[in-house]
Amino acid sequence: MSDAASPRFFRPLTAPAENPGHVLELGPEQPLVLDSGKRLAPFTIAYMTYGTLNAARSNAVLVCHALSGDQFVASTHPLTGKPGWWNYVVGPGRPIDTNRFFVICANVVGGCMGTTGPSEIDPSTGEPYGLTFPIVTIRDMVRAQAMLVDALGIEQLLCVLGGSMGGMQVLQWAASYPERVYSAMPIATAARHSAQNIAFHEVGRQAIMADPDWKGGDYALAGVKPSKGLAVARMAAHITYLSEAALQRKFGRELHDRNALSFGFDADFQIESYLRHQGMTFVDRFDANSYLYITRAMDYFDLAADYGGVLAEAFRGTKTRFCLVSFTSDWLFPTSENKRIAHALNAAAANVSFVEIESDRGHDAFLLDEPELFDTISGFVGAAASVKGIG
Amino acid sequence: MNRQTPIARTSGAPLRPDLAAIAEMIPPGARVLDIGCGDGSLLEYLVRVKNVDGRGLELSQQNVNQCVARGLSVVQGDADTDLSEYPSGVFDIVILSQTIQATRHPSHVLRDLLRIGKRIIVSFPNFGHWRIRLSLLLTGRMPVTRTLGHAWHDTPNIHLCTIADFLSLAQAAGAHIEKALALINNQRTRPMQPNAWGPNLFAEGAIFLLAKGERSEGRPNQ
Repeated sequence: MSDAASPRFFRPLTAPAENPGHVLELGPEQPLVLDSGKRLAPFTIAYMTYGTLNAARSNAVLVCHALSGDQFVASTHPLTGKPGWWNYVVGPGRPIDTNRFFVICANVVGGCMGTTGPSEIDPSTGEPYGLTFPIVTIRDMVRAQAMLVDALGIEQLLCVLGGSMGGMQVLQWAASYPERVYSAMPIATAARHSAQNIAFHEVGRQAIMADPDWKGGDYALAGVKPSKGLAVARMAAHITYLSEAALQRKFGRELHDRNALSFGFDADFQIESYLRHQGMTFVDRFDANSYLYITRAMDYFDLAADYGGVLAEAFRGTKTRFCLVSFTSDWLFPTSENKRIAHALNAAAANVSFVEIESDRGHDAFLLDEPELFDTISGFVGAAASVKGIG
Repeated sequence: MNRQTPIARTSGAPLRPDLAAIAEMIPPGARVLDIGCGDGSLLEYLVRVKNVDGRGLELSQQNVNQCVARGLSVVQGDADTDLSEYPSGVFDIVILSQTIQATRHPSHVLRDLLRIGKRIIVSFPNFGHWRIRLSLLLTGRMPVTRTLGHAWHDTPNIHLCTIADFLSLAQAAGAHIEKALALINNQRTRPMQPNAWGPNLFAEGAIFLLAKGERSEGRPNQ
């Protein structure tokens, strides 16, 4: 809370050296060709791996992270010191058992944890990209991951899985590289970003851009950060990750550190103080321009649009095994959107499972301790592994 | 002749006799869709033992989650509304086990099954069984038996039928019968003449292997 409260002090958002993970540098001869037609070169992919790749190179599992996630899926976050964002799912003896599987998680293109993004230095100018960074899409993120998987010498991934924006990447992987994805698990996601979701993202972006410290995206040059704007963006977004029932259960109308209303605009209610805390801690680990770019990538996502408007066409002839998961109280990526994907996969005669999990914790449920999710993941990935003969 | 259906097993638990008889009709390696797959015991047996490419459709979300945790490919859905999205002819066999009597539109479901599957297997409880007939005759109340254990007002079985009734429906849907089994005492199955009066009185259930009518071309007796 303390750092974030003083946004005037600029702190570079690079991971400290103690646990930076791995880095793949791709030179000018290997540009990332973007959907916008632009080329990104040179560029860097920062990633983590867990477990050991077997001799047949058949036990690799790719985890795709969500909007505010990163490659630290199962290890301590270098900036916050918090455990990995999917510690429940990935690790020794966990549903994605790192004693069995080789797990890869890479920071997305446009991100701010080591993969090339708007806060990195543009080699052609020697200054941070800022808004000169090209617009990236979900497909661009997946293209970059495919280059990483190539570099690791892996032909086919046993499973690609992820929630929310991670789930969008999973769908894109299955559509773009069906032969490289043996099984796919998109969780709490959609094949297109809805008008309501675009609307929430626009609120977040406008909050960032309205912060005078944003300075047209060039805040790094000025030695400031649009922390207030980014914090407000995070606060608004955070509400969409929860559910009304969970908010009521957790906070109700309880007052924060006081016995009576203050008759002012302090954080009287616990929910206000909670949201302010969420906003303030977020700015410590996330870059505002990255937030603009990544939310834009999600807004642009409409998988069916690339296939004549027919989602089933994206999966025509696919041999990939799919398992879709949604949560009952998730209104950001509701069951209906996940079911739409299941219907399209059925229409493509794909091998598909669909699980809806009862939870009142909203969209965030996929990141939380949800035993039914863990059973689903271990059942699905375990079945894929046993069909492939992975011990 | 067909004395006792061998008890098929999956992960130690014996498969119910009617399910074992269905399993026997399925060629190894087939592409199978099990509609109303329940907790997945038949599907699991088919995948593990018969090495089929198996999928399931199940109404109860709780059952679906269990199936997926067992490593099966199952989607939550309703046979009445969700079959239309499946493309034609993609499955070698579509199974509708003990489910048709619980659908809202059995004839639509049957036509969809015949479209989706090259062959279909339909099993159902026989409402023409003598015990049911006698029970209605003697008590004047809707029969509640060991096979059909619900009271009339809370039964999911809203479209019960006899073997003779099903036969007319199948014929109207243009299906031809490749195989018909009677379920006796819920313990064993044996081949039957579906249009004879005997099975309709003595079988507690029936299992039909059907194919689309076009397949019967060249078989004038059908």
